[in-house]
Amino acid sequence: MGEPMLEIRNLHVTVAGAPILRGIDLSVNAGEVHAIMGPNGSGKTTLAQVLAGRTTYEVTAGAVRYAGKDLLAMRPEDRAREGLFLAFQYPVEISGVANAYFLKAALNAIRKHRGEPELDAIEFLSLVNEKRELLGLEESFMGRGLNEGFSGGEKKRNEIFQMAVLEPRLCILDETDSGLDIDALKVVANGINTMRSRDRAMLIVTHYSRLLQYVIPDYVHVLTGGRIVMSGAKELADELERMGYGWAEEPAQRAAPAG
Amino acid sequence: MNEAVPMATAVPPTDRWASEFGSFAEAINGGEPAWLRRIREEGLAAFRKLGFPGRKDEAWKHTDVSPIARTSFRVEPTPQPPRFAGDLIEAFTFGVLKCSQLVFVNGFFAPKLSYLRWLPEGVRVRSLGEVLRASAGALERSLGSQADVATNPFTALNAAFMQDGAFVGIPEKCVVEEPIHLLFVSSGDGGPLATHPRNLIAMGPRSEATIIESYAGVDRGMYFTNAVTEISVGPEAALDHYKMQRESEAAFHVANTAIHQGRNAHVASSSIALGGGLVRDDVNTLFRDEGGELVLNGLYALGGHQHVDSHTFIDHATPNCTSRELYKGILDGQSRGIFYGKILVRKGAQKTNARQTNKNLLLSKEAFVDSTPGLEILADDVRCNHGSTIGQLDESAIFYLQSRGIGEDAARSLLTYAFASEIINQVRVASMRIKLDQLILARMPGREVIREATG
Repeated sequence: MGEPMLEIRNLHVTVAGAPILRGIDLSVNAGEVHAIMGPNGSGKTTLAQVLAGRTTYEVTAGAVRYAGKDLLAMRPEDRAREGLFLAFQYPVEISGVANAYFLKAALNAIRKHRGEPELDAIEFLSLVNEKRELLGLEESFMGRGLNEGFSGGEKKRNEIFQMAVLEPRLCILDETDSGLDIDALKVVANGINTMRSRDRAMLIVTHYSRLLQYVIPDYVHVLTGGRIVMSGAKELADELERMGYGWAEEPAQRAAPAG
Repeated sequence: MNEAVPMATAVPPTDRWASEFGSFAEAINGGEPAWLRRIREEGLAAFRKLGFPGRKDEAWKHTDVSPIARTSFRVEPTPQPPRFAGDLIEAFTFGVLKCSQLVFVNGFFAPKLSYLRWLPEGVRVRSLGEVLRASAGALERSLGSQADVATNPFTALNAAFMQDGAFVGIPEKCVVEEPIHLLFVSSGDGGPLATHPRNLIAMGPRSEATIIESYAGVDRGMYFTNAVTEISVGPEAALDHYKMQRESEAAFHVANTAIHQGRNAHVASSSIALGGGLVRDDVNTLFRDEGGELVLNGLYALGGHQHVDSHTFIDHATPNCTSRELYKGILDGQSRGIFYGKILVRKGAQKTNARQTNKNLLLSKEAFVDSTPGLEILADDVRCNHGSTIGQLDESAIFYLQSRGIGEDAARSLLTYAFASEIINQVRVASMRIKLDQLILARMPGREVIREATG
């Protein structure tokens, strides 16, 4: 086995001077699905956003390698073009830019970077129609402004739809299950499962184990207080659901040096 | 120490313009009818009384017009041959648009550059100067009936010095399918020139028309356009009106558009300001009767040292009228934008429905905007609201676009374009909409991505 697809070492991150991540170590190989679970404020979204390149977070120590490259040195758009995708917890609404056109511009930016020919309107449409149906989105959805006036569930489905079209190598999903009713959750989970492959890795960031009933992870990590305090197999998610995060935090507190 | 040297007494700018009028009046005194002479004299008197506005004038407090006042402009009493090739104006037309087009060069009608396509019987699209010379009596009741010289010194100046412009007359029930384009091109070549275009547009009951006014500079020179447009829209008539301002960035542009709407008349009017160094754009509308509907849009996209001051006044004088006003500004460089909007709902104008919105996007730390929306409501059964915003590009939106592979510059451009598109998409003349797209995009990096991302 070669180098992991994603390797995070001793990652420390602050926001406006306040430490949020305090030494994260994590390796993700191609083909694996990792879940990162943690309570509110544990640093889950910070980790997801830092990996995608958000500059409001400051990396104060540590390193992240992605596909053999120094991820932290890359611009957000270059990370995307290299196959990293973040499904946002709160997708941004942009009026005046239609879903379809936005996605075509994004796809062609990525294809251009890969040295692949850009798709014309007809090729693009046949590609997206298939993915759109997979996510149960109406055709009219493509002509609407990007996330403009979308319900919470529509926004989340749109994120997974974009992911399906852009076919990234590393998918980071930030609280994708929040705001979804049970039917939508199944549709979204099916979309995610369809994309599981030996060449692709996934990092699922979530508070609840709900999504993990449908997208079964290979590994589960518990993030609290900016550190991964526990890692295990998929059963760990059920245990957390039953026992609560306090249970996972205790051994970490015991292990922490006094004072 | 230097002795005190007596200063040469500077002629006050107001007096200089007034004395200019003397020789102007002499030069054009080719038997103008008495009523027209009276309009000129009243205009001059009003101008002398008002003088150039200063910072103490509430309506002008954000705009210093002293660069206009202190410049000695040429006023040409008769048409001069254009100093530029006719094909230069193509940059200011709308490509393949099938339209009738009147072109004015340095303020005067240029018949060789103008053409009329087939127009329905009775429709008149002509040079106002020609109409005044040929059959002045026909305009006695309409010319100057809407643009108020008593409060606006530039409108007063226009009344004194006006010579040419467009006259558009559309008879009752007449539907003019193709747009009418009125194009005013000016050149700063040959020293600062002042022109005072006057347009008169009269639409009969149940008529329909699309009219585009363009003001453009063919070079980078300095000149002064002082335009007044009077538009009367008869009962049940529908007007789609655009003003496209693309003057040279060294130019001064002052305009006053006065629109009166009859019973159940529909008007959509958009003022697009892309050019000019120092610009003041007034739009005054009046509902003369019940049931009128008005959509009043504005877009100012500025950079460098441009200064554009937009004033709108919507007079809800009668019941049951609706107005929707949206002005948007994009300010880059060290530009300055001013929006001052007022909606007056007069006593008795019940069931008025009015909405006024001004939104501004600042792209640079040195750009600046003043926004003053305003409502004055004297009736009690109305639905009115207004609002204004000034902001920068949303960093989280930029990041969202970047996270999908779109470069940062292109992401910024895309969001800026998206901001403008709310106005651009309301332009119903397709080739003008395309042109406007191109003009907005031409200023931005990452054009190809935007083109793709906006269809």
